Amino acid sequence: MRKKTRGIYASKMKRATHMLFYRRHKKPGVKGWELRKALGVDYPKVLGILDNYLKSLDMQVKTVFEGAKKPTKKPSIEELDTARFYVTLRGDLTPKETKMIGWRIDDLAGLAVTIAHIISKKGQAQRKEVEKLLSEKLPGWKVGLNLDKYIRYGYLHQDDNDLLYLDWRTRAEVDEKALIESLLRSDTQTTLSFESTKNNKQLDA
Amino acid sequence: MQSRKDHKRLGKEKLQRIIEMCAAVENRTVDPFLLEVDDLIRVVKEYFPNWEETNELNLDSEAIHHLASVIKLQSEWVKHCSTSLYTDPFLLEEKISNVNKNELLNVFLKAWRPLIELEQLSMTIIAAAMRYWNNLVPIMERWQDLDVQEVAIGITNREELVKSRVLQKQFFSDELNNYWKELKKKADKNGKDGKLLYWDFIGATTYEETVERAYLTSFLLTYGYATLEIHPLEEEIFIKPFKKSHKDILTQQSISIPISVTYENWEKWKRGELD
Repeated sequence: MRKKTRGIYASKMKRATHMLFYRRHKKPGVKGWELRKALGVDYPKVLGILDNYLKSLDMQVKTVFEGAKKPTKKPSIEELDTARFYVTLRGDLTPKETKMIGWRIDDLAGLAVTIAHIISKKGQAQRKEVEKLLSEKLPGWKVGLNLDKYIRYGYLHQDDNDLLYLDWRTRAEVDEKALIESLLRSDTQTTLSFESTKNNKQLDA
Repeated sequence: MQSRKDHKRLGKEKLQRIIEMCAAVENRTVDPFLLEVDDLIRVVKEYFPNWEETNELNLDSEAIHHLASVIKLQSEWVKHCSTSLYTDPFLLEEKISNVNKNELLNVFLKAWRPLIELEQLSMTIIAAAMRYWNNLVPIMERWQDLDVQEVAIGITNREELVKSRVLQKQFFSDELNNYWKELKKKADKNGKDGKLLYWDFIGATTYEETVERAYLTSFLLTYGYATLEIHPLEEEIFIKPFKKSHKDILTQQSISIPISVTYENWEKWKRGELD
């Protein structure tokens, strides 16, 4: 790459970093068309360079296509324009780190169960059904609060018929396929009630 | 032997039950495969020759419509099952109930990539904010008090309120009644088959008066004093007064008909270009 071209891309990369890291709207992330307007038609290339740069920092540029459907072929400009771009972690978090970013183990486990359940129910489940599932291992008073929290954060959406769906944050942050696969692969243990696990070595003591 | 009337009644009940069952499936409270669609279609077919009245045929078509929705839901389910994301919900539930929360957390962390955001002020932003603040006009200057004269508290009467246009000359119900009488008179005198062209009734010498008459007309229609007759092909709208007010109309489901009373239309009507 020539020195001048390199300079142009470095400046575009900086602009893209500002746009992606700082929240511009109510929801985080930037739409493709916004990036095109700010960086030019070659914004996918700029994002590619940025993604490569972020690799060493264990971060990535994540693309979430509209309607949560990933195009089978190389995405078209129209598909990219309507997609939303985020910066997310590239690798795994350790359980200790989750506490650092403000999540309790109970809340996160509840979220995992809720998401897995909704996926298995074809993307929607009755709130009562999920509450029943969560109350098997969480105290009753916490179940409703947790579900409201997941909705507030954008992981879930609830409609007027009390049906729960996966919302924008789940689509941006969770690899649904990987979650289901690792859940099915996990070793089955004897059922442990919520109370009995209290004595386990916990992170949320 | 069962009479024809009883047979029909039974058929209607069965169709009603089918509609209810299908609605439960559509509301996702019941698994779509719990319904034996073939059997239900057989029932619909069996009773179909008995239907003669419009409401009976409506019921039949409603049942078919709901059955079609159930078939659509079943096909969506089959499509979902064929995707790589499909997992048997019972198997998953079993897994969820048998796994402890630490393990569940580890599983989730393998699939979770939380968003990264920054919330930080820079010196440039602070400097820009300071510049804005320095140029901002004080609130006392921006929101100056309205110059309102203070007057002593006194007593007013109906005439004065009418004069200052707070109240109208007549009570609304009286006004509406007079307006209805005017419509009946005009329809008898100038109308054809007891009806008048809508614009010929609401049209007045000034645009303001025309709008006021259109406003009152809407109440005549809503409260059952008159009705509209619309001829879409001829693009004509007629208003037809009832001899007696139909108060029962208020208990029925009504529809709204938007009629544009624009200045341009009023001018056209005055020139005789609007029907």
